Amino acid sequence: MSGREVVGKVKRVNGSLVIAEGLTGAKIGDVVYIGNLKLIGEVVRITGEDFALQCYEDTSGLQPGEPVIGTGSPLVAELGPGLIGEIFDGLERSELELWRISGPFIKKGYKIAPLRRDKKWHFVPRVRVGDEVQEGDILGTVQESSVIEHRIMVPIGVRGVVKRIEEGDFTVDETIAEVETASGNMVEVKMAQTWPVRIPRPYRERLPITEPLFTGQRVIDTFFPIAKGGTAAIPGGFGSGKTVTLQQIAKWSDADIVIYVGCGERGNEMADILTHFPELEDPRTGKKLIERAIFIANVSNLPVAAREASVYFGVTIAEYFRDQGYDVAVIVDSTSRWAEALRDMSGRLEEIPAEEGYPAYLAERIAGFYERAGRVITLGSRERFGSVTIMGAVSPPGGDFSEPVTSTTVRYVGALWALDTELAYRRHFPAINWLRSFTKYVDVLVDFWRKHDPEWVRYRERALSILEEASRLEEIASVVGEKSLPEEQRLILLESEMIREGFLVQNAFHPVDRYCPPERQAKILHVLVDFYDLALPLIKSGIPVDKIRELRSVMELLRLKEKEKVEEIEEVFERVKKDLQTLRSKYEVRTA
Amino acid sequence: MFEEKAGMVYRTVREVRGPLLLVEGVRGAKYNEVVEVKLADGTEIVGTVLDAFEDKAVIQVFGQTEGLSLDTAVRFTGDVMRIPLSDELIGRVFNGSFKPLDGLPDPVGEERREVFVSVINPAAREPPSEFMQTGISVIDGMNSLVRGQKLPIFSEAGLPHNVMAAQVARQSTVLGEEDFAVVFCAMGIRHEEYDYFRREFEKTGALDRAVMILNLADDPVIERILAPRIALTIAEYIAYDLDMHVLAILTDMTSYCEALRSISVAREEVPARKGYPGYMYSDLATIYERAGKIKGKKGSVTLMPILTMPGGDITHPIPDLTGYITEGQLIMTRELNAKGIYPPVNPLPSLSRLMKDGIGPGKTREDHMEVSNQLYMAYAEGVRARNLARIIGELGLSERERRYLKFADEFERRFINQGPYENRPIERTLEIAWDLLSMLPEDELIRISEENIRKYHPKHRKAT
Ligand SMILES: Nc1ncnc2c1ncn2[C@@H]1O[C@H](COP(=O)(O)OP(=O)(O)O)[C@@H](O)[C@H]1O
Ligand SMILES: [Mg+2]
Repeated sequence: MSGREVVGKVKRVNGSLVIAEGLTGAKIGDVVYIGNLKLIGEVVRITGEDFALQCYEDTSGLQPGEPVIGTGSPLVAELGPGLIGEIFDGLERSELELWRISGPFIKKGYKIAPLRRDKKWHFVPRVRVGDEVQEGDILGTVQESSVIEHRIMVPIGVRGVVKRIEEGDFTVDETIAEVETASGNMVEVKMAQTWPVRIPRPYRERLPITEPLFTGQRVIDTFFPIAKGGTAAIPGGFGSGKTVTLQQIAKWSDADIVIYVGCGERGNEMADILTHFPELEDPRTGKKLIERAIFIANVSNLPVAAREASVYFGVTIAEYFRDQGYDVAVIVDSTSRWAEALRDMSGRLEEIPAEEGYPAYLAERIAGFYERAGRVITLGSRERFGSVTIMGAVSPPGGDFSEPVTSTTVRYVGALWALDTELAYRRHFPAINWLRSFTKYVDVLVDFWRKHDPEWVRYRERALSILEEASRLEEIASVVGEKSLPEEQRLILLESEMIREGFLVQNAFHPVDRYCPPERQAKILHVLVDFYDLALPLIKSGIPVDKIRELRSVMELLRLKEKEKVEEIEEVFERVKKDLQTLRSKYEVRTA
Repeated sequence: MFEEKAGMVYRTVREVRGPLLLVEGVRGAKYNEVVEVKLADGTEIVGTVLDAFEDKAVIQVFGQTEGLSLDTAVRFTGDVMRIPLSDELIGRVFNGSFKPLDGLPDPVGEERREVFVSVINPAAREPPSEFMQTGISVIDGMNSLVRGQKLPIFSEAGLPHNVMAAQVARQSTVLGEEDFAVVFCAMGIRHEEYDYFRREFEKTGALDRAVMILNLADDPVIERILAPRIALTIAEYIAYDLDMHVLAILTDMTSYCEALRSISVAREEVPARKGYPGYMYSDLATIYERAGKIKGKKGSVTLMPILTMPGGDITHPIPDLTGYITEGQLIMTRELNAKGIYPPVNPLPSLSRLMKDGIGPGKTREDHMEVSNQLYMAYAEGVRARNLARIIGELGLSERERRYLKFADEFERRFINQGPYENRPIERTLEIAWDLLSMLPEDELIRISEENIRKYHPKHRKAT
């Protein structure tokens, strides 16, 4: 994969675009080191003698005439023990390490290897000398964090017989095994391996999607679920809740590993996650969330071009853990900033723009990125399953969903969580609009839900249809006033308010409400829908809706989500039933 | 400031287009290098290299563009733009190119820092978490400001954003607290607006602890690109080297963005929206993201940019891209202003993203967040009822809707509304909030926990 080094020189510097000459033989996608500081870049266009380079670091001070080294190799991610818990920039350089050696302000031109070179990892072999192995087979493991067993695989393209392997403490650069290939070559396998970020890692077979990625967020899991190996986009204007929702998923979803790519967004948000992940516990394992997380923090004031690369580093690392047999979630906040980086480079290259300055290949790039999600049987002789789920925020200018990035993304994702600024203004969070969102994963999830709630599909559909009906009625009410609607319709409005406040609204900062396990989601939804069925006959018999609303226990239904135990929920419901009964008998006495 | 006299001088300007100069025959210009440009009449302005070729360079100047001609000398300094820094800057006034306006000599300092590129490593950031009491209820109660936050005011021409910004500066600078400074950067504002700020700062003695960078309405437009960066380079120095808490006020960011657009037009770039360049988001981020706190350092930079929304349109690229970068926004509306409410901040579209980290037990009070959430919900409900009443008349409202409508009116009159010199402690703000919430049935206060209702609801308080 790697070619010969060539040395050329800089002819022109225009921001992140550098024109060089003399890079004989360089190919599109080759990594180059630009100038005396050896800034990292990539060849993006070749015209005659001129090589257009996209530079990933600040080019201030760079001068025509400085040397450029063409490495002949593509941009690669380094993969191996040491990724978990790290915080990288858009080019997989450790920001913790950068901080340590260069102080709190970013300095450029530092060469920092992604994985720590000095750390020894305890390697335990899984195969023996003499075993035949092929690409993707697990040679052995390293306990990287308390929850992640890092499985060292036979590199892609290698097949042969294990000639040497032993247990011990190794750095990522030391040989942990030797494999002799059929042609008699001896391959030294190290724990640090590389893979070109723009090329999807191979797998044996793509599988249909069967299992949800459970997020603990009610509006997602119950109404617009996402599946392991699936894709989702969350578009919304600023302040509508993209970041908080994605962070909730990063914290509480049942993925084995979470890769959080902060792409062109706020520094303080990354600082916030970095502070909280080491404190928060995974509800399933009880271990700290940091033990299963990897961060890429390519914030908005870092060089724009690196945003373009950062998402590919994220998804390549994800595929690598998928290949080890894990379910990995990749979260990108925000894909719009990545698209803008594409636009920026395209503009500097003076390509003919399509819509709003975006290049014509925007759709192709977006589709290609989301295509890297999926559930697969991995390479290797033993059957292993893994998945990559991709969830991306989209930041439409002016909150307008018809703009190119949003409208294109919607076409390629399996679930859409459409955020609604009006809901956000009312502090209805997550502000996911239930009429504009969709998911293609309901069918495959029926089995999962059946375990927790045999009637999931029916209740979900009833709740959705009540919400839809209510939104129609609200339109009428906004012209004639709620008061003039028939009581039965007012009950629908009350019921939709109950579902909205009691179920859809979920406070990310409430110690109980922030994560809602499946059995509680099912229970709350049942109670809220059953309440409607109990109240309807009362309304039909002439009892006004306002009388029902005034019942203290009915208002308590809105707090079911704060109850930790299913029994407490049932207890409230018993009281509601009793109160409704009493109300009914009072009226019967009066009318008798 | 750019006193170095080293470097080659060229008199080979071949083209002048707006703020851009094409200089030919230049060997080895560095990208972003500072140049000094000397006009025919002897005026000196600064510029930087925008596009560096082997034998020519495109220069962007930051000063006046009148008087630029082919007969212009350009000195290439070989270094990116830096300014000298020292504690003597505090109390001083400069123009947008860092030339003294206070009659004192040019600043000197051992420390020379880069003006354009300054990025805090995200791993080294300390998440802001200290409540900053502004004494303004709608801010403290519902959109709390936190030290190290960037919280802009989205306003419109004619609204009292300056009055509020000055009130924040006055009231959040605890008197007698030595470690506080204000950095004020004016871009395209009128003299009378500047005089107002100056008088306000003077009144509280804040002027002695302020640094002013002024580019007023009649100053060169392109200098506005430079002014906020100089201001923030100083702010960072004061915060992280002198260990002080800095409040930086940047006004008006709309003028800044217009300057950015005019350069983009001169460069014939393909615009994104409304003629503004596609890189405006990233450009603004390099300004706004300079707010913050750093692990292990005492100081902080809190940023309050002010912008006037063109046509009052929040979807206009300037407020839109700002909102995508800043940690919330305070939105002033004509409607509230017309009702005589000061400050006319509508809490519904306003937001402080960092509020949750700066309030609560030990910081403000345990019920703060919940009370805020409940106020939001109730006010939104009331505004909805008010809109409905406009269509069907108040009589058509249900009893519940009427109650919320009344709540909204009272909330605007008693909670949002206050005097420009009234400094309400947070306890007072919460007290008013509870008084208002007690107009509603207790069972409907669903965003507040039962414990907090029992503890703080006036009804229960009186009982105990
Ligand atoms: N689930 C939630 N619970 C409580 N507050 C939320 C929730 N989602 C969003 N918010 C509020 O909305 C604000 C903006 O959300 P954020 O995710 O940062 O928006 P965006 O990324 O779309 O700009 C947050 O600071 C928080 O106050
Ligand atoms: Mg966000």
